[in-house]
Amino acid sequence: MNKTIFPIAVISVCILIVWYVFSIILNSSWAFDKAERNKVQLTFIELVDDTWSQKKPKLPAPHQVGQEMWKTIFYKKVTSKRSLVYHGWITLSATLSGFLLGTILGICLALAIVHDKATDLSVMPWIITSQTIPILALAPMIIVVLSSIGFTGLMPKAVISMYLSFFPIVVGMVKGLRSPDLLEIDQMKTWSASRLQILLKLRFPKSIPYLFTSLKLGMAASLVGAIVGELPSGAIAGLGARMLSGSYYGQTIQIWSALFTAAILAASLVGLIGAIQTLVSKRMMVSQ
Amino acid sequence: MNDPKIIMAQDVNLVFETGDGPVVALKDVSLDIKKGEFVSFIGPSGCGKTTLLRAIAALEKPNSGALTVNGMSPEEARQQRAYGYVFQAAGLYPWRSIAKNVRLPLEVMGFEKSEMAVRVKKVLDLVDLSGFENKYPWQLSGGMQQRVSIARALCFDANILLMDEPFGALDEIVRDYLNEQLLKLWHSTNKTICFVTHSIPEAVYLSTKIVVMSPRPGRIIDIIESDLPNERPLEIRDTKKFINIAQRVREGLKAGHSYE
Repeated sequence: MNKTIFPIAVISVCILIVWYVFSIILNSSWAFDKAERNKVQLTFIELVDDTWSQKKPKLPAPHQVGQEMWKTIFYKKVTSKRSLVYHGWITLSATLSGFLLGTILGICLALAIVHDKATDLSVMPWIITSQTIPILALAPMIIVVLSSIGFTGLMPKAVISMYLSFFPIVVGMVKGLRSPDLLEIDQMKTWSASRLQILLKLRFPKSIPYLFTSLKLGMAASLVGAIVGELPSGAIAGLGARMLSGSYYGQTIQIWSALFTAAILAASLVGLIGAIQTLVSKRMMVSQ
Repeated sequence: MNDPKIIMAQDVNLVFETGDGPVVALKDVSLDIKKGEFVSFIGPSGCGKTTLLRAIAALEKPNSGALTVNGMSPEEARQQRAYGYVFQAAGLYPWRSIAKNVRLPLEVMGFEKSEMAVRVKKVLDLVDLSGFENKYPWQLSGGMQQRVSIARALCFDANILLMDEPFGALDEIVRDYLNEQLLKLWHSTNKTICFVTHSIPEAVYLSTKIVVMSPRPGRIIDIIESDLPNERPLEIRDTKKFINIAQRVREGLKAGHSYE
């Protein structure tokens, strides 16, 4: 454990140093402008102090983002429009709905593709094509179409989430369900096993590691989908909306706070799946 | 000579369509195997020995000719659990314990739970692996894994055992040991065994009948009835009789090659 913590800590410190240096460089012109208007000369310490504490910096210093997150996560009512917990929950609920739908859709498609040659040939190219369309172009259309038939709020965002997350699940599960080799399939045939038995006793257990890898990718993609879904919809709630309104009003600290909250959310969700994976693979080995 | 014929092949032809055109895997193969025989199929790669075994197991379908197992078509025989098949690789599931691996065909075939436990215990005894029920495949050596695979093929009481180079991936010392074990098993169970191999000593040591095959097209060159006694210690391989049979096998293999 210590072996992994040390290199991570070193990299984190490096990133922080670079970040602080860049916030001095990028925010200095504003500091110099101010100083010129006030007809004062800045010492280096004053310059650093100013660049690290501006209200609307080009690049907020890490501690500014940290303070903002601390304030808006822990010291706002969770129902407040200024609370990141509130916005985070909005995005999280869309992410999880989309992830669930995407996982179900992905696994169903993978089952069809593996068991039916025609589906494999006809559907697989479309699945790949679906991912070549930039989601930023597609998201507004999905929202417009869905709202015109009466779906607004969570649902369109979940659909965009699903659109992004089903892909890694299909690809991973097709690979996983096909991972039994010819010998293993033949062996099953010598026992006159049905396709369902081959699926349940061989293909599915063998695909578990692939499934978890796909779930991790799918979860990350889901979160991206939910945030992208919040951008064009004029949404007033959610981490995406928070980023958008931040950019309207030049609230860079707010944008970065929302960004980091999203990153922490993604890391926690992916970490959760990883923990479940460890648990499942232990159980498969020990108590099966 | 009055023993019933378990497997009958009459002018069996089997052609694989490949990108480079048709490959004749079996050409006019005719062969009778009687109950309780130990038949080895020997020949170079591509001679069709594995294909013949797979055809008997209904994993391949002959293009022409008659092939019956227990007097039925191979498909029907398979439905009635006529044979257990042992592949070159043990093919054990790493997420199942040894007992659960052996139980797998019984689960597929829908045996009762209590019946399964009895059978698993019996066949693990038979291959000398009692006490390993709760171990996992990776905890066993290659030879032990292959014994588990044999136990699994035996657990549903098929009267035929089809074995496709089951010891091919093992070293010679383990192989000798397993050959001896297999003969004991054959004596005690009275199964009919079809055994594919690359090794002349292995074929001669094990078999009551040796089928020598040759490639392009895959066909039978010679069928040798062994006159070795039933009791076969490993030292039998130094006797005159053994060497004579081995010589005849070698000549058959050579003749097959000069054919080209």
